[in-house]
Parts: sequence; C-alpha cells; structure tokens
Amino acid sequence: MNRLVSFRSKSRIGTTPCSSSFYARLLGSSIDASRTRSTANASDSLATVSRCSSLVPARTLTGSSLFGSRNGSSARLSNLTGHGGSQGVARRFCSDAAAERESMEYDVVIVGAGPAGLSAAIRLKQLCGEKGVDLSVCVVEKGAEVGAHIISGNVFEPRALDELLPEWEKEEAPISVSVSSDKFWFLTKDRAFSLPSPFDNKNNYVISLSQLVRWMGSKAEEYGVEIYPGFAASEILCDDNGSVIGIGTNDMGVAKNGSKKENFQRGVALKGRVTLFAEGCRGSLSEKIIKKYHLREKRNAQHQTYALGIKEVWEIDESKHQPGAVIHTLGWPLDQKTYGGSFLYHMSERQVAIGLVVALNYKNPYLSPYEEFQKLKHHPAIKPILEDGTVIQYGARTLNEGGIQSVPYPVFPGGAIIGCSAGFLNVPKIKGTHTAMKSGMLAAEAAFGTLLEGSNLDSYWTTLQNSWVWEELHKARNYRPAFDHGFIPGMAISAVEHYLFRGKSPFTLKHGKPDHEATNVARSHSPIEYPKPDGVLSFDVPTSLHRSNTNHDHDQPAHLKLRDPEMPTQVNLPEYDGPESRYCPARVYEYVPEESGQLKLQINAQNCLHCKACDIKDPKQNIEWTVPEGGGGPGYSVM
Amino acid sequence: MKIMVAVKRVIDYAVKIRVKADKSGVETQNVKMSMNPFCEIALEEALRIKEAGLASEVVAVTMGPKQSIDTLRTGLAMGADRGIHVEATGDLFPLAVAKLFKALVEIEKPGLIILGKQAIDNDCNQTGQMVAGLLGWPQGTFASKVVLDKEKQEVMVDREVDGGLETVCLNLPAVITTDLRLNQPRYATLPNIMKAKSKPVKKYTPEELNVATKSDLEVVEVTEPPKRKAGVLVSSVDELIDKLKNEAHVI
Repeated sequence: MNRLVSFRSKSRIGTTPCSSSFYARLLGSSIDASRTRSTANASDSLATVSRCSSLVPARTLTGSSLFGSRNGSSARLSNLTGHGGSQGVARRFCSDAAAERESMEYDVVIVGAGPAGLSAAIRLKQLCGEKGVDLSVCVVEKGAEVGAHIISGNVFEPRALDELLPEWEKEEAPISVSVSSDKFWFLTKDRAFSLPSPFDNKNNYVISLSQLVRWMGSKAEEYGVEIYPGFAASEILCDDNGSVIGIGTNDMGVAKNGSKKENFQRGVALKGRVTLFAEGCRGSLSEKIIKKYHLREKRNAQHQTYALGIKEVWEIDESKHQPGAVIHTLGWPLDQKTYGGSFLYHMSERQVAIGLVVALNYKNPYLSPYEEFQKLKHHPAIKPILEDGTVIQYGARTLNEGGIQSVPYPVFPGGAIIGCSAGFLNVPKIKGTHTAMKSGMLAAEAAFGTLLEGSNLDSYWTTLQNSWVWEELHKARNYRPAFDHGFIPGMAISAVEHYLFRGKSPFTLKHGKPDHEATNVARSHSPIEYPKPDGVLSFDVPTSLHRSNTNHDHDQPAHLKLRDPEMPTQVNLPEYDGPESRYCPARVYEYVPEESGQLKLQINAQNCLHCKACDIKDPKQNIEWTVPEGGGGPGYSVM
Repeated sequence: MKIMVAVKRVIDYAVKIRVKADKSGVETQNVKMSMNPFCEIALEEALRIKEAGLASEVVAVTMGPKQSIDTLRTGLAMGADRGIHVEATGDLFPLAVAKLFKALVEIEKPGLIILGKQAIDNDCNQTGQMVAGLLGWPQGTFASKVVLDKEKQEVMVDREVDGGLETVCLNLPAVITTDLRLNQPRYATLPNIMKAKSKPVKKYTPEELNVATKSDLEVVEVTEPPKRKAGVLVSSVDELIDKLKNEAHVI
C-alpha cells in the first residue's frame, strides 16, 4: 500500500531520501554524508512563516495533496534541512526537520499531557482569550490516552489548580475526598509507633492523579488545545543555529529487526515556535536537552537524585474504609541506610492507594524495591486494612528528590522544561503536582510574552524564582540531603530544620553521589532472601504487571538501548550481580542461560512500565530509555 | 460502489477487566475504550478495496452511547470518508444491531458490508450473520482473504473454518465478517486525525429508523469465572472413577 506511506510532497525542494533510519541516528551513528543540503537560512524562513501566524493559528500541512496549494510554505520548510558537515555534534543530537516526513506547525508544541503540560496548554489558551488573540497549541502524549501514564500517591494541594481553574469544583473535577486524618508511623518488623505528623494536609485532597489529568485533558480540549495521545516524541528538531524548533514523533510499524512492516507509518515532524518539554521525571528528550545546552552547569545545579515509587490501588472492605485517611510510614522494611517510606491513602469508593517509595541511592545491589513493597503489605498494622480486598491496579514510576539544588536552568533556545522533567517536587511534603502545574503556567505566560509581546523565554526563569514554587522548594531544600548522612542524623537535622530554623537555615546541604554511583559491588553484600508471594497480599511480578494494563506491540525494536551491548555480561553481572533484574518493577531485565550455559541479559521490553529506574540506576549508565511506539506502555486509570 | 463498515467501541483489549460489585456487568467507568480489533481489520479491508479503485466510498457505522463518536473518529482518521452514529443508550444485542443495520442499508444502499467477526466484549459472533439473514444477502464469514471482482460483481472470500480454508464466491451485494489473519490495520496518523475532525458524521436514533431495540434477552448476572482449585493427585484408577462420579458428577 505504497500510496499511503509516502508523504513526500512534490513541491519540496532539496530533500533526498533519508537512508539512515532514525534509530541509527538515535544511537549517534555517523551522519549520512551523501545527503544534499540547501543552504538557505533556516531560522529566517521559519520566522517568515510564523510572523504571519501571530493572529491566526499557524498550521500548514505539507505533503498532503488533499490540501491543495501550500507550495509556498512547503518550499520554505524544505530549507530547514541542516548544513552539511559543519555541525557534526549538533546534528547527531538534533534531526533534520523535513527529511521525508509530513510536518505540522503550531505556535506551541508541548511534549507530555501531564499536570505540567496540560496546565501550560490551558494557561496559553486562557491568555489568548484574555487578550483576544489565538495561538495554536498541540500536546503530544506517548500514552494511549491522556492519563494512561500518570501515577502518583496522591495527596493533592489545590493551590495551582485554584489559580488555573478556580471553578474546578463546579466543573466536576474528580477531587472530592478531603484529607480527614494524617498519621505518621515508624515501623519495626512487628510494630508501628505513632510519631507527630510533619505534614499539614488540612486543606488537601486524596485523589487519583490519573483521573484528574484526564479531566484536565477534557478541559484543555474545550479551550481548543489539540491533544494527540498515542504519539511518542522521539526526536528533537533543531535549526541551523541549534535552536529547538519542535519534535518528531516515532515511526510506527517498524519490526523487531528494524525493517518496515505492512502498516509502516513514518513519524510526523511537529514544529513549534516554542516547544515545552513536560515528560515527567527523567524525561528522555528533556535529559538530552539538559545535556546539550549544559543547563545544570548554567546555574551550578547539582545532579538530580531520584526515588522509585511502586504503588497499588486496592478495593477494600467497606468497614475498613475511611475516606480521606492518610498514613505515611518510615522505617521497616527499609534499613537505616536506605531512604524511603510508604504511603497509604483512602480514596473514594472503597479504594485505597498504597505504595512504597525507595530512594535510588541505595547501596545494596541485592535490594529489590518491588519485594520490599510486597513485605510491607504483610506488616501487622497494614495487613488488616488490605485483607479481604482486591488489587485493582499496579504501577511504578521514579520521582525527583533533588529539590532546588538539582533544578537545571529550565530555558533553552526554542523552548523550556516544565514539571518533573525539571524537578520541582517538594520532598518533605511529598508533593510535586502543584509545583509542576505552576511551572507549566509560568512557562505558558513566558511563551505567550515571547510569541506576542516581544519578551523572551528567560522570563520564565525569573517568574519561577519569584513564585511560591521557589519559596516552597527553598524552605524544603535540606530535608532530603540530611538523610545522606544516615537515618538518625537525617531525622535530627530535619527536626532542626523544621522546628528551629523553620526553613530559614543559613546553609544548603549538598547531595551525595549520583544514584547510579552509590551502588556497592555485589561482593560487599549478600543476596537477600525475600519471602514467596502468598497470592493474597503479596504477588509475583507477572501478576502485578498484568494489573497495570501494560502492553506494547511485541514486534518492534526494543526501546531500551544498551550503549555497550557487552557491558551487562562484562560489568553488571560480575561486579553488581545484575541489579537491573531486581530494581526493575516490571521484570524487563532477566539474566537467562544460553546454550553454552553462560548467562546473558534478556530484555523483555514489552513489560516496560516507563518508570525510568533503569536509566537512572544502571551503574555504568549503559541503559538508555527511549520511547517505544506511541500508544504502548501502562494503562493507568485510577493511579 | 459504497462499502459500509461496522465499528464498535469496546473495552481496550489490554485492560484487565473487573466485574462490578453488584454483578450487573463489567466495570466500564474510567476504563480505556478502543475500537474492536476485528472492526479495525474490517475497516482496513474496506480502505484497501477503495484504494484499489473498486469502491467509491467507505462509510463507518457505529451504534451506542454518545462516547461512541470517539471510535467513529478513529475510523475516520484511518481513512473512512463518512461516519454514521446511531445513538442508543442501554444494551444493544446483536439482533437489534442487525435490524438497525438493515434500516441503514435501505437508506445508504451499499454494495458491500464488512464487519468484524465478533466483538471482544461479548464474543457473540452473530451480528454479521444476522445482517445477511435479514437482508437476504450472501455472507462470507471468518474471512482471511477477500478478492473483489468488479466486472462480475462478485467477491471471493477465503473462510477460516474448522477443517482449514474454504473459498466461497458471493454475488454482490454481500456481507463479509473479518478474521484475524485478513490484514494488519494501519495506524491513524496525526495529520489524518486532524482531517477526521472535519469529516461528516450523521446521527440517527433507533426511533428515527423505526427499529425497536428492546431485547428478548436480559442479562441476569455477571460473575468472574470460579477460581481454579488446586489439582489433586489420585493414587489409582478406582479412586479417579470414584472422584469423577461422586465429586465432580461428570459420569
């Protein structure tokens, strides 16, 4: 069916078939020197196209015969192929804009339909309404639907939502359960000790963030935002000057061996005058941007630190259900050297969210956060709540713990980073949704100013630092790093911070080693014997995974790439005993014996929950998480 | 020649389903819904026939509540030219669907109707056959290959049957239901999704089509299958026969 897959416009000049697949480009292979380039000034052409669109949504479809005469603009767009030779490094990172695929143009392109991305989209449209102009806004989302990849505790602080959509209650946002009690326990193997709760959740709500985001998605569409779930942004598009001009979506219908399947569909180039990255924690494209533009160095930020959260939603016995009850725990099953804790929130409709968060700078390569979570559920204080209940959904995701010390400079030529991709989670509060949303709103205001009022995107950085986000994160900055010195020093310093300094401490603690460097070699530890799952409270990974509604087309290249394919058998296995087979909450990584008896790493990419733990924790940073075909991944609906 | 394709909005195949607490059905609130996989295959086949120049128009038809329009839009994004949405609340059983189809056929007069062999929510495998029966049209069900001959106005269908493959030759107009191996459905591309927003969708209600949708069937209860009990090792054939007779009551 060749007529369908060919989107080459006859009116385009200067493009030749792209022989190296975009997968090769992703792996940084050498540039195909046989490609010819036109030398027109790309950024000028783009400016011409976009200036006329300031009052009219700038969307041109090239390569589509159904839309008649777009020859003028498509000719201009063809000039956006980069120069030959002179920008080897830049081109390895960014891809040619118009090489053999359709391109769509918007004023703003947002990657990720999460709280930050949707807040930015809604805010942009609100500003348009206020000032009587219009901007075209497009949001791409790799999940099969909005909310499918959203997972969070979640005790929601409505501060940002009150600013963005003050009528949320009238408009039936899925926020109905107010926090009714706030408990804080220190767990030992058999007991739970009540501690004074350090949280103030008085005006907060227990929600399912996945549901809230789905509602926000429908609100955004009412405002005229175009949201496209099922499309994964896999490449960053740049112009000759190295400014970001948009993203490219994944090719669909590529077989495991890289060949094109019957239903092959080339990805689309989504061009934006401003591109906002809202991919969540450890966003794959955001990480590339941070590296390329040296955004951490730019403000002397430290590296980001992370934790892995594993969560289940249970439907429990009516008699045990207390809507709005919030419990946090510290201590068992984690030891004094491992930072983390658990949460148990009573939602609506007899549902309870329970999870364990383990900081990824843990030292013992034999630790399995998943198995620790299974142990937790058997604790005598937790077990009675869950007994006679059923698990509805399971999921896992990494989250940021770096706070203000790790936030990179969030603006780069052509766009900005918002939400958890930059890292605004308030660790002592354990909340990141409200700050993510606010960052999206501030970036939208800056983008609006840039596109229509002649200011520039750096104003986002300024407004961020003058906002309550920065104020909050500043007060919260020392709690997490304090625990790098151990549990007791951590608690002591936290108490001093909280009760004595009240956030006004004169010092800022630094983070320890990056998470991947913190893992000790296997010989300094011994394997942990985890109890077998009982099938009632605890489960094996395949059973849990089934409850996450995870699916990927099996016949596609593995989206988890090994920079050095030999490293697992040469370093990971002998030195660290293959920790990826233990920290991955989806059993993607398994060491299986080959015919020769040698163990080899098997990557079950189809299981992937998109949590990014492997990208973070792999000791030699050999595993690179890239986006699989759009629409794959977990299917969260109540997480 | 016009082709009518039936598309149904069902719970996505990757979702782990749960039975509602009151046992009245499966939980559909906050659950991801998609186009029935066999309907996708049906639509893909119709689009290929049109692209081969043997049909002029592909009309996607869906029946169900307001949200079914999403499935129709997906169909339009894949390449259907027009959509028809019969808006009906409440359960629609295959016979009602078939009667509604007959009413639509009298309006649209297609030369070919393609449906998925069954929907993955109720697995009835009845609608296509009933449509053919009501219209008096020939049917080629479980199609794994479809070859249209415009000149002779007939279609050759390879059917997947228990014994292997059976080829039937049907005079048009005909009804075809698709099986898994017929084709690989195409992805809806971003530009096509955008174009789909402006494609026309006509709405009908069962009343307008003069069809009574009340069914003679009523779902009394939906329960999960019983949990698998642990197996038992028996020590002799006599013990096995005893268990089969007195415990399992199968002999």
